Amino acid sequence: MPHPEPLKDFPLIAPLGLGGWLVRFGDRPDDAANRAALAYRAALDAEELPEVEETALGLASVFVRFDPMASDAEPLRARLSGLLAQRDWFAAELPAGRRRWTVPCVFGGDHGPQLEDVAGQAGLAPDAAVRLLTRTPVRVLTLGFAPGQPYLGMLPPEWDIPRQKTLTSRVPAGALVVAVRQLVLFTAATPTGWRQVGQTAFSCFRPGDEAPFPLRPGDEMRFTAVAPGDLPTFGGDGGASCEALE
Amino acid sequence: MTPALDLTETGPHMTVQDTGRSGTLSFGLSRGGAADRHALAEGAALLGQGTEHAALELAGMGGAVTARGDLVVALTGAVMRAEIDGAPAAWNACHALRDGQTLRIGPATRGNYGYVSVGGGLLSPTLLGSRSMNPVAGVGAPLEPGTRLAVGGAGMSRAGLGLAPLDRFGGGALRVLRGPQTGLFTAGMLKRFEETTFRRDPRSNRQAARLAQDGAGFIAEGGLSVLSDIIVPGDIQITGDGTPFVLMPDCQTAGGYPRLGTVLPCDLPRVAQAGPGDTLRFAFVDRETALGAQRAAEAACGALTRSVAPIVRDPSGIADLLSYQLVDGVTAGDDLS
Repeated sequence: MPHPEPLKDFPLIAPLGLGGWLVRFGDRPDDAANRAALAYRAALDAEELPEVEETALGLASVFVRFDPMASDAEPLRARLSGLLAQRDWFAAELPAGRRRWTVPCVFGGDHGPQLEDVAGQAGLAPDAAVRLLTRTPVRVLTLGFAPGQPYLGMLPPEWDIPRQKTLTSRVPAGALVVAVRQLVLFTAATPTGWRQVGQTAFSCFRPGDEAPFPLRPGDEMRFTAVAPGDLPTFGGDGGASCEALE
Repeated sequence: MTPALDLTETGPHMTVQDTGRSGTLSFGLSRGGAADRHALAEGAALLGQGTEHAALELAGMGGAVTARGDLVVALTGAVMRAEIDGAPAAWNACHALRDGQTLRIGPATRGNYGYVSVGGGLLSPTLLGSRSMNPVAGVGAPLEPGTRLAVGGAGMSRAGLGLAPLDRFGGGALRVLRGPQTGLFTAGMLKRFEETTFRRDPRSNRQAARLAQDGAGFIAEGGLSVLSDIIVPGDIQITGDGTPFVLMPDCQTAGGYPRLGTVLPCDLPRVAQAGPGDTLRFAFVDRETALGAQRAAEAACGALTRSVAPIVRDPSGIADLLSYQLVDGVTAGDDLS
């Protein structure tokens, strides 16, 4: 997706805490900045720098944690900066190893009580909104707020719907919610300012499983509309399928 | 019999904690670990073992545990009243807890997070690379009475020792590093932040310590449109009404509120243990100063073993004084000259 104006101040590297560098690719939700961060993190992880304890992907940034007692910050910054200079990360391909998840979802009614509201704000009839949500592949931009919980995007610009000022007191685990051109698939029941348009049976966090976090940043997700009676009981993949992407 | 601790009374928010996990941040799960790392180090020093062992963390309220097998327990962190089978047991000390004996702990009288470390460590299940529980995030279920926590070893050799705890109680000065969003606050706002006296609100928890104060809030320029980004324990997050929160070990991994800076790791135990009447002040430091402070704190933790010494018992605190054999070796007196 073309960027409306060049991100002339980015990328940049800033300290975050005593043992962290934050490599930032933008300061707003943006597909290009997220792709750049995703590709940069994959390249950084591939270098397996011994001083790096762990890395994490934000919506438009990469966090790099190190032990400030064991290694100096400046040489690591220089290495991060050197990697940044190697290429135009905004033009990078998405990294290898991504998967595509296809997740059954019930839209509207009791399972998506705010579908009509959201469709109206996006200037669409509810049917058309569901068609768009099931035809637009979205990517896991980052995981957060709750363990394994994906922020998915980006939706077209007309879906730039603000969060509600007052919270919905509870949406269930597996709820599909919308705001600011993104979708979130909730890990656990929670109060939220995001609007619920659908309900899946997909569990984003499975403590005790061999793969407790089924989703990884960069994975693609598609939703298929199913009737309420066809939605499996909540848990595990909840009827979803997973395939490797080229 | 496999040595174990049986939980017979559990206060709210009682958890098992170690030094936390690595590698789950990118999956949306923060590091976790003891709210007061100093207390883990003190427990390890008392027991003569490494700091990697897991301990029971008691958040404000007490509880009771019964030994299965002969154990040694160390009591550190927030000061709580402790009794072993009804006899007072000193805090900041380690004690024999023999098979069947019950350690009963009352609410904190100073600080918020108390710890029961056990010789050999607690062997509760490893959850994603650490024994640290985070029930709010679904990592481990809340501890209930009847829970049995296996213990990694037994032995009575280290009982009866005490130490002087590291200085972190009663509030005080907190050192802060600038972060990616410090520049969203005006110089005047940052100066006022440094000049303000805060208290840790009792509504604080393992996710965040809420900072209460009487003046106006702290507002960032364009603060409502900050892009959600990675957040770390120690970050000072300012919510929409201008209230600062210091993020604690179980904080979320991403947040969209502006952050004023990051408290040094070595100062977080001071935040965790600030009582309702204690005051907290913040001061920005440069990286060099911060590194020096962190190094000094880690050296102090490393030196704790040297301050461990037998506890001198106050006879008035010994409930069953008459049962002690106090007159061994007394002679007629005429053989001393």
